Amino acid sequence: MSDSIAIELCDVVKRFGDVVAVDHVNLQIRDGEFFSLLGPSGCGKTSTLRMIAGFELPTAGSILIHGREMGITPPHLRPVNTVFQSYALFPHMTVAQNVAFGLEMRKTPKAEIARQVKEALELVRLSGLEDRRPRQLSGGQQQRVALARALVNHPEVLLLDEPLGALDQKLRKEMQLELKSLQARVGITFVFVTHDQEEALTMSDRIAVMNKGKLLQVGTPTEIYERPNCRFVADFIGETNFIDGVVIGRDGNYTVLETPEGLRLRGLAARPLSDGTAVTYSIRPEKVRLLAPNGELPPNGLAGTVMTVNYIGSDTRITVRINDQRTIDIWEQNTRSTLDRDEYWQPGEAAVIVCPPDNALVLSE
Amino acid sequence: MIKTAPATTASARIRGAFSEGRLTWSGLALTVFSILVYLFLYVPIVILVIFSFTRDEFGVRWTGFTFDWYIRLFNNPRMMGAAWNTLVVATVSTIVSTIIGTLLAMAMERYRFRGRNAIEGLIYLPIVVPEIVMAVALLAFSAIIFDVIRMVTGEVLRRNLATVTIGHIAFSISFVVVVVRTSLKNFDRRLEEAAADLGADSWNIFWRITFPLILPGIIGGALLAFTLSLDDFIISLFLSGPGTSLLPVEVYNRVRRAITPEINAISTLMLILSMALVALSQVLQRRR
Ligand SMILES: Nc1ncnc2c1ncn2[C@@H]1O[C@H](COP(=O)(O)OP(=O)(O)OP(=O)(O)O)[C@@H](O)[C@H]1O
Ligand SMILES: [Mg+2]
Repeated sequence: MSDSIAIELCDVVKRFGDVVAVDHVNLQIRDGEFFSLLGPSGCGKTSTLRMIAGFELPTAGSILIHGREMGITPPHLRPVNTVFQSYALFPHMTVAQNVAFGLEMRKTPKAEIARQVKEALELVRLSGLEDRRPRQLSGGQQQRVALARALVNHPEVLLLDEPLGALDQKLRKEMQLELKSLQARVGITFVFVTHDQEEALTMSDRIAVMNKGKLLQVGTPTEIYERPNCRFVADFIGETNFIDGVVIGRDGNYTVLETPEGLRLRGLAARPLSDGTAVTYSIRPEKVRLLAPNGELPPNGLAGTVMTVNYIGSDTRITVRINDQRTIDIWEQNTRSTLDRDEYWQPGEAAVIVCPPDNALVLSE
Repeated sequence: MIKTAPATTASARIRGAFSEGRLTWSGLALTVFSILVYLFLYVPIVILVIFSFTRDEFGVRWTGFTFDWYIRLFNNPRMMGAAWNTLVVATVSTIVSTIIGTLLAMAMERYRFRGRNAIEGLIYLPIVVPEIVMAVALLAFSAIIFDVIRMVTGEVLRRNLATVTIGHIAFSISFVVVVVRTSLKNFDRRLEEAAADLGADSWNIFWRITFPLILPGIIGGALLAFTLSLDDFIISLFLSGPGTSLLPVEVYNRVRRAITPEINAISTLMLILSMALVALSQVLQRRR
């Protein structure tokens, strides 16, 4: 992976009438990276992708591909290819004709086309299906044809709009791995749109999280999961416990907040926050520790009562009530292999939860 | 419906069907009614075809089989001339109206432009306006044009195959537009985006993607235009000139004098041609 920039979005805005689909987005996608655009339905992922492909023009701002300003360059002259969610295979052409289409448009010699089509179909493991029509293929096979049809043109960037959306869960998991290894082999920059956070986490080098047209955070999967920069990202990626409060001071590296009922908690803040700022404390259930009470509260500890204990195989999910308004979810990994559940937590038991401050975040707004 | 009943004789089967509730009096009435409707529609046509082979020279009684009337027909220069005219007019008007109609359908389906709503309403007018009105209007219009030409160039023109062809084009366009628009509506425009994405310019997008996929609709429109032109009477009567009459008009002129088996023969041939066209369009639609 080199450090040169494949795609750059500068202050891009897209409006459809009154709807602001993309709102002042600035983004740099590096050469050769697997980059995901992640966000809930309607957040502007497709609109962003369509502007890069040239199907839509930005209302404001500019898009650069390898340093070249795209302006109003029409789609057929842009060095990118798209895999559509609906695949958009040409129903009147065979698999081979579909894959050959892009090369024919570029006036590639016949023999060369035949060779490259064969190669592309081998790459996506579809050899032998050359003469089938798209409607004679399964969803997964159609998906691969769409992939081969795009990759055969050796685009500088491949844009994928929820390409796995129409597949069933099992096939989807398979294709995720396959797509990832394919990307590593061909070395093309992938811009991958998804609303599935797990998919984004497993596949991406970097992820951009969007909401309501705005770009909220860009980072590696670990950064996005471990250090979300706002409440929305923390909530959208994985599970978390939220506790609202206000900043009351600092303690070394940590920011201290107080809840309305007077609980004090410490955690990491992305930037210094002045006292009195309304904040949200966020801690992932698997980071919270649950201890038996021994008289004294440890630092960042809260006393509570176990409410529910759900064994789900890999871990046990426990809900602890802190006070009338508040419960905290805790996931403990089942590292011990024992059938004796009696020695485990029981509902009604008193317990102490500890939020390690290095794993807890103080999020503003 | 009755076929699966276990009883052996027909009446037992029907009784069985009644008792099992598969056949009711209203169902029976409906069946009989449907049969009567079909008889009403098709008996005259069947009789027409049969009597094109009768020896009886008035063509109303069966007196034995003969091909004579067909042979006579092919040796009748007036009839053959009219048939030839009809084919020429139908072919030319089909080609022209299909091209114009397809382009119009594309424009209306794809673009928002000023006056689009007006065109939208006007294009369907020829379908609902009584044909006699169309015919009179076209006749008056051609008279005016001829007058203007006469005043400007001094040349005296008469109605001919060209005027009747233009008349046929005028009403065929609307039908072509209706049919082609339906297939454009069903056409997935994302395919065009996919083609553009793969490097196709608008020329290639149209000829490689859009055209092949809406072709069945275009063919359907063309066949409709062709059949409409083949059996058009009113506009053909008004707009064809002396000596250039079309087949339906010629048949009518003959019938006014007497019904002969020759008329039955030409009608049978026209029937076969239209049925062949319908079958052809069905086959083409199914091939998609
Ligand atoms: N052609 C259009 N005309 C009007 N509004 C549009 C158009 N395309 C998108 N929008 C609006 O822009 C917003 C963003 O849409 P977009 O398709 O980019 O969302 P998305 O993130 O891809 O959502 P999804 O996950 O559901 O595909 C939505 O509110 C949508 O209704
Ligand atoms: Mg989308």
